[in-house]
Amino acid sequence: MLLQAWLEVVCILIATLLAACAVAPWLAAIFRIDTADSVPGRCESWLERLERPVLRLAGVWPVCEMTAGAYAAAIFVFHAAGIILLVAIQRLQPLLPWNPDQLPAVPWLIAINTAASFATNTNWQSYGGETTLSPLTQTLGLTVQNFLSAASGLCVLAVLTRGLVRRDSRTVGNFWQDLVRSTLGLLLPLAVLLGLVLASQGVVQSFGTAIEVPLLDQSLPTAAATPTKQRIVIGPVASQVAIKQLGTNGGGYFNANSAHPFENPTPLTNLLEIVAMLTLPIASCLAFGRWVGDRRQGRALLAAMAMLFLPFLLIIVRCETQPSPLLAAVTPAIDQTASGAHEGGSMEGKEVRFGPAASALFAVGTTATSCGAVNAMHDSFSPLGGMVAMWMIQLGEVVFGGVGTGLAGLIAYTLVAVFIAGLMVGRSPEYLGKKIEAREMKMGMVVLLVPLIATLIGTAAACVLPSEASAALNPGPHGFSELLYAFSSAANNNGSAFGGLTATSGFWTLSLAAAMLASRLLTMLPLVAIGGSLAAKRTVAESPGTLPTHTPLFVLLVAGTVILVGALSFVPALALGPLAEALQPLPTAAGGGKP
Amino acid sequence: MPAPSKNPSPPGLAAVLIAQVRPACTLLLALALITGVLYPLGMTVAIQTLFPRQAGGSPLRDAEGVVRGSALIGQPFNAPQWFHGRPSSTGNAPYDPTASGGSNLGPTNPALARAVRERADALTQGNPGHAGSIPIDLVTASGSGLDPHISPPAALLQVPRVAAAHGVDESAVRQLVAQHVEPAVLGIFGRPRVNVLQLNLALESIPRNTEVSQRK
Repeated sequence: MLLQAWLEVVCILIATLLAACAVAPWLAAIFRIDTADSVPGRCESWLERLERPVLRLAGVWPVCEMTAGAYAAAIFVFHAAGIILLVAIQRLQPLLPWNPDQLPAVPWLIAINTAASFATNTNWQSYGGETTLSPLTQTLGLTVQNFLSAASGLCVLAVLTRGLVRRDSRTVGNFWQDLVRSTLGLLLPLAVLLGLVLASQGVVQSFGTAIEVPLLDQSLPTAAATPTKQRIVIGPVASQVAIKQLGTNGGGYFNANSAHPFENPTPLTNLLEIVAMLTLPIASCLAFGRWVGDRRQGRALLAAMAMLFLPFLLIIVRCETQPSPLLAAVTPAIDQTASGAHEGGSMEGKEVRFGPAASALFAVGTTATSCGAVNAMHDSFSPLGGMVAMWMIQLGEVVFGGVGTGLAGLIAYTLVAVFIAGLMVGRSPEYLGKKIEAREMKMGMVVLLVPLIATLIGTAAACVLPSEASAALNPGPHGFSELLYAFSSAANNNGSAFGGLTATSGFWTLSLAAAMLASRLLTMLPLVAIGGSLAAKRTVAESPGTLPTHTPLFVLLVAGTVILVGALSFVPALALGPLAEALQPLPTAAGGGKP
Repeated sequence: MPAPSKNPSPPGLAAVLIAQVRPACTLLLALALITGVLYPLGMTVAIQTLFPRQAGGSPLRDAEGVVRGSALIGQPFNAPQWFHGRPSSTGNAPYDPTASGGSNLGPTNPALARAVRERADALTQGNPGHAGSIPIDLVTASGSGLDPHISPPAALLQVPRVAAAHGVDESAVRQLVAQHVEPAVLGIFGRPRVNVLQLNLALESIPRNTEVSQRK
């Protein structure tokens, strides 16, 4: 049965790679990377027809190329407008239509946190979907941001690529054009396709909000307020689940996210959801190779990501399919070993239809990409399994990472790697023919440092404020892990959680919102600045002394840089949380004595 | 056709920001209309037409056409004549679809060991004929709290109790369980599993055999 588990993991990864290869040419054709006077691509006339009416309405037709400064300003203003609109929708919820359960206005703190969360592609959820948001808020508020935040990520990648490809150029493209193209030309068709397939498997999509059924067993204890009816919440779910997976958003319709049978009903939907969240980040690498005119460059970056991903995958699948030592000590005996009929392993917080291996793969996929959807509760993962999920986030969401932002972040790491290599061999560093100088390095360091500073400072603040540290559900080192996971997730725009944490106080909602905004904007805007400053440069001719950036050695160098920064920054914190938990003697109450 | 802007002197920060306000607001509203209204609306119409049963939550109807539950959402069971599903940690009551979620108990939390031991004790008492160990899925809470499935061994463990309490033949119940095992897709994807609600609904179709229960 363990063999079957591994076979399932391998098959899903192969399916992902095939999907990414299929999407890559499409993604590559969406953006005009070369300057305006270059030969238009094959899809250009089709894309122009698509974007013209929308851009004309916005008063930006015919399209003017922007400088990096204007592009960054457009990103900033667009995020601000998105946040204001989302807060307004949540606050005005009772006055707006399609609120059949007459839910009240979302409280200010939750509304601000949610708006920051969805506009930054984080999708941290401090609310329970079923009981807080009306179907209109879910669609007009959240689904919209799921599309737009993913599209903004792609725009940043496009700017950075233009920086590397263009020469002596003052401009880096037009944000509004890039935004509309990636939303309507790529994300929307993919979401329609995925949504239809998901729905065929049982993901609900309805204007209604609930069906009520009497329970089959009417003999349930009546002493408590146990209902004799079940109120089954439905709604426009398939449309949101499709884009939350594709756009590496991760904000589910229901509180339980993709563990909920209406979001992820069968092993097949589980496969599709894993494939969907990994596809665009991987396809970005392949498209990057096409854009820079050397596919080996894209494959090298993908190889660096895969090199970091696969060992973590092996560890987490191994951890989750092992029996839990805590439960091994329980009498009467619990059967946790793999057998022909069931897989065993850690099942607390996991669904029977997926089993521990596919849940572990989902977990490492959702934290490697900045998706943050979950099909099992990470809080109940084994100590080392949970640590893998957390560390994947802390690596800065560059191992696959978010749509667009993941590869863009990895390119920032690549510039650092090139710089280090340049220092070692005593040559001025260059990447793809562009000289890497002080300005690029400064901006690159901001991209690297902001998320990890926000993570560590935020966690430290939560620990020293006694009223806030008590938000953790679990005792001991695991409680600390919950705090650390929360800030890691927010400050890297992931959005998954160790769900035991009650993050609804003023401190938690606002500090997490601040972490999400800081790490989103202070990585995107410097990346645009790097794109702008690279675009203005000439290309240096390749010489025998040039460091080739597609070789296994260079792949190792990039992966090494990522793991070094991630390890140096977070091993001390991880030692206090998951590592301490894994090494501590098990609580004696586990043995079978009376509580 | 995109063309580089020709303005040579860089404008101030405020001017740069203000210049983007109109396109930002217009495009936000236009794209919100497309992705937040037209897209979900179109998807709902398409899915309701193509997959009407799934779109409405895969309801299970009995012979009279009355909805008895959803094929995807588990129900709580307590009485001995029903197969029991997994423990559930949903908000107000077990298997409450208005507040889905797991227990979030950590892997070394003594409260988890305590909860598992209590469930295992209850299972041993409720199924006196069972001697071996208890499958892990039957004593741990699922992630959604709505998991409709249990593993086949977890269903087989309950057969003697259910057969006795229901007053039906044990072999018939065993056969029913075997019929309700959903295998892994292509033998690879997912785990073999039994849908508890569907199994319990099917129990009603077995004719009651009082002699069997008396002989025991």
